[in-house]
Amino acid sequence: MATIAEKVIAGDVRAVARLIRDIDDGMPHVREVLKELYPHTGKAYVIGITGAPGVGKSTLVDQIVAHLRKRDKTVGVLAVDPTSPFSGGAILGDRVRMQRHSMDPGVFIRSMATRGHFGGLTQSTRSAIDVLDAMGKDYILVETVGVGQDEVDVVRSAHTTVIVVIPGMGDDIQAIKAGILEVGDIFLINKADREGSDKTMSDLRLMIEMDQKKYEAGGWKPPILKVEAVFDKGVDEFLEAVDQHAAYLAGTTKGLHPRGSKDKVRQELGEMIKARLIEEVLSRLTESGEFDKAVESIVEGKVDPYTACEDLVLPILSR
Amino acid sequence: MKQKRKVRVMVAKPGLDGHDRGARIIARAYRDAGFEVVYTGLHQTPEEIVEAAIQEDVDMIGMSSLAGAHKYLFPAVVQLLRERGADDIVVCGGGIIPEDDIVKLKAAGVREVFTPGTPLDQIVRWVEENVTPA
Repeated sequence: MATIAEKVIAGDVRAVARLIRDIDDGMPHVREVLKELYPHTGKAYVIGITGAPGVGKSTLVDQIVAHLRKRDKTVGVLAVDPTSPFSGGAILGDRVRMQRHSMDPGVFIRSMATRGHFGGLTQSTRSAIDVLDAMGKDYILVETVGVGQDEVDVVRSAHTTVIVVIPGMGDDIQAIKAGILEVGDIFLINKADREGSDKTMSDLRLMIEMDQKKYEAGGWKPPILKVEAVFDKGVDEFLEAVDQHAAYLAGTTKGLHPRGSKDKVRQELGEMIKARLIEEVLSRLTESGEFDKAVESIVEGKVDPYTACEDLVLPILSR
Repeated sequence: MKQKRKVRVMVAKPGLDGHDRGARIIARAYRDAGFEVVYTGLHQTPEEIVEAAIQEDVDMIGMSSLAGAHKYLFPAVVQLLRERGADDIVVCGGGIIPEDDIVKLKAAGVREVFTPGTPLDQIVRWVEENVTPA
């Protein structure tokens, strides 16, 4: 019997699909599988695609997949949609725009919900990227709405981060200026046939030019491209820009390995430790009943939450 | 910590039928019940539905058909799942489906069929009672 990792490396779609499920559901056995897969990762090129709802990310991803397939590249897609904070459920609808690729064995598409479990979206998406990488996909496209720290971190962990905007979103650009806009390697103005695309172009250009010093010192200057994903316009030019960015990265000290930069590894490892500690500590406190007891004491007014927290955590730390 | 598995279901519209309001309402009800719902959109072939269900690792496929082709489409999905060794995925359907056909569909491996007027909470409860996640 082949192990899970062996099946994944051999490209077994069911094994890959179930492993990603297990990662999402926080099953403990995935750690061993991911360890076994790790030596087989680091080959895929990861593109993170983000932008407000409705800017056409899924349609764009669909076209990018088509173009990469024409180049004979295999593609994995991770499409992230938000989990309802009220029910914990989610409607994952990104596939609607990509279904024409579902019968293509060179394409694997997976919808993921943001959930909000231990380790968070960042950790499970990163692990899912590793799985698709080990499966042998040449390119991995990660699509998210790009709101919130977790989602920003997800796209930051990509080789190339792509920010998608549409004309007429001037105010929205202002609104997200301090967030995701800072981490874009390529900017796409989708639906560029609409009125206002030149204005959006000059707004973005102005913002990018402000970092002139960085570019003079040899930093990457993000290109801004107009595309019309629905009409398949500008996608080749976009992929050329990705190639240029990849060539730029290959020439830097960080190189192309996903764990080649200390910054990224520091962040990832920090998050892993955090997630693991929370998981271990909370499960011990829950199983021993101490957690529920403390909850009761706080509700009954016998203790304040600050003291209760210290009483729970400090003994574990000093062990 | 023991994580509880999340129920993942797929809501699909097979065939040429373009009436997706029912499917969307069901998808919404499933979301509100705390399930993760993969929605495939319109005009799906049984092959596309099965491939997507496998990639998404769903526990159940719910298909909506209002155009009369359910007698071919629903059993085709069941058969393809068997061929792919994925018949642990529960198949159910809904739509304007005559009584006689329901008997035949169930015999072909469709686990349940919901007709117009079925309350949403009944459809949700059926999933909770009949579908075990992963």
